[in-house]
Amino acid sequence: MTGVAVHLDGLRRTFGAVHALDDLDLSIEPGELVALLGPSGCGKTTALRILAGLEEATAGRVLVDGRDVTRLPANKRDMGMVFQAYSLFPHLNTLQNVEFGLRLRRSSAKNRAAEMLELVGLSDLRDRYPHQLSGGQQQRVALARALAIEPQVLLLDEPLSALDAKVRVQLRDEIRRIQTEVGTTTLFVTHDQEEALAIADRVGVMRAGRLEQLATPSEVYLRPATAFVADFVGLSNRLPGTVTGDTVEVLGHRLPLVTPHADGAVTALIRPEAIEAVPDPDSTVKVLTSSFLGSLSRVTVSVDDHLVVAQVPSGRLPDLPPGTPVRITIQPVAVALE
Amino acid sequence: MARVIFRWTVLSVMGVFFLLPLVAMVEFSTRDPETWPLLVDWPRLSSEYPALAEGILASLAQAALTSVLMLALLVPTAVWVRLRLPGLRRLVEFLCLLPLTIPAIVLVVGLAPVYAWVNYLIGGSSLTLVFAYTILVLPYAYRAIDTGLSAIDVKTLAEAARSLGAGWTTVIWRVVLPNIRSAVLSAAFLTVALVLGEFTIASLLHRTNLQVAIEYLGKSSATVSVAVSLAALLLAFALLLVLSLAGSSKKGKTS
Repeated sequence: MTGVAVHLDGLRRTFGAVHALDDLDLSIEPGELVALLGPSGCGKTTALRILAGLEEATAGRVLVDGRDVTRLPANKRDMGMVFQAYSLFPHLNTLQNVEFGLRLRRSSAKNRAAEMLELVGLSDLRDRYPHQLSGGQQQRVALARALAIEPQVLLLDEPLSALDAKVRVQLRDEIRRIQTEVGTTTLFVTHDQEEALAIADRVGVMRAGRLEQLATPSEVYLRPATAFVADFVGLSNRLPGTVTGDTVEVLGHRLPLVTPHADGAVTALIRPEAIEAVPDPDSTVKVLTSSFLGSLSRVTVSVDDHLVVAQVPSGRLPDLPPGTPVRITIQPVAVALE
Repeated sequence: MARVIFRWTVLSVMGVFFLLPLVAMVEFSTRDPETWPLLVDWPRLSSEYPALAEGILASLAQAALTSVLMLALLVPTAVWVRLRLPGLRRLVEFLCLLPLTIPAIVLVVGLAPVYAWVNYLIGGSSLTLVFAYTILVLPYAYRAIDTGLSAIDVKTLAEAARSLGAGWTTVIWRVVLPNIRSAVLSAAFLTVALVLGEFTIASLLHRTNLQVAIEYLGKSSATVSVAVSLAALLLAFALLLVLSLAGSSKKGKTS
């Protein structure tokens, strides 16, 4: 199975006075997995539903493999979809659920369905009904059912959000493995930044119906195109700085800029992992709070009335109890401005 | 203790109130030992009481057709309202409940001119009552079907089926209907019970059905008339019993 290219061209969708999508342009390469990431109401699910044919665009075009499918109904679009809510047909068992789409196409259902169940590791549960499966198993069957029809495009609408944390990570990795194996062009919608960064070839960060940035996960994280992206993806300190030429000075450190900016006073967005806190008895800066987060921990200090969050390895946390005087240093990574 | 006595007194009074007429009907209809055997001997019944046989057949046909027409109208409408027009849900519910608030005699007054046209266009068959009965059963059938639809996530299931290539007919026939089977059965049983017991509209519109035939028969052969009434009543009880058993077995399965 080879993937196809998908283009959303100037998509617009309005609900009364609300613009759910505002001239959205998005191109997905054949076989690529793109994750749309954004807060609730940013339009990511609307974009996916328009691509699926479950909603109509007010304006714009949807092109799949160069073909305009904007006016094509959902059942003629050849797209597999996994929903946020459990969507298995309650009256059919696992195997019959996977066979459903195949039977509509009159293809050799039994073998293909069995293959798909094997792909998602649920061959043993083929006779179980949805209410006899866990949430994670149900979503795997839904994935098998969507892939069984050999869709041109796979659409995943927050398929992991109803699952508990451990199952979520397992299934996330499994989705990625299967998608890479079958090579289907995939659009994955999520509000979970960790999920988007972990699974996608490229991440599209959306805000108010528009794409703020579409780039590889590392680029989105390390070189956010806008303040919104920097703020939404990962945690950022907002610190005052002064731009001079192509650098910005923050807390006495000169740092490179992600995008050029006019000289003057600005607010710089700096990741906690770029900030280091080292115990220093001579310093006037003191630790306010410290929180243990597993392998890494965070300490908060106050510098010139600004709260600064720094990330430290948890092994060093015992040396940094609240009240400890520390010296703050910032690594020279590129900085986005608000 | 006083509460227990009160409870049993109320139950006894109610029991006597409901059972006494039934016991009286049994006693009256068994005075002639030939009556009940006659009811299960269809050739004899239809030759001796042709009007009654016609009424029974008419009522059975009306019940079956009303059930089919009601389901054909209500299931797609209820599904469509849930999927595409959720804002209209209250209005549709109100419209469906309306026949409950209108007395049958008022309905007949309204229906009479309509049926004048029905007579003119498709004749005066007793099966034309199916249209009026479909309206009459809406309050009960809509409630049953709406409750069934509330128990499943119609929107997600329909969208999942659509994305797999199903057209709307397939969605309703192969995805929605199997999952609201007990609700559809409830609606159908209620429809059958209601149609088998309907008298006013049929009588006033000069059509034949079981109840009209029983009333007619009561004037010439009271024993058979009471026996048939009792049999119809027992059939309605049996239907309602099956309905409640179907409901409880569904609950048992999902819990």
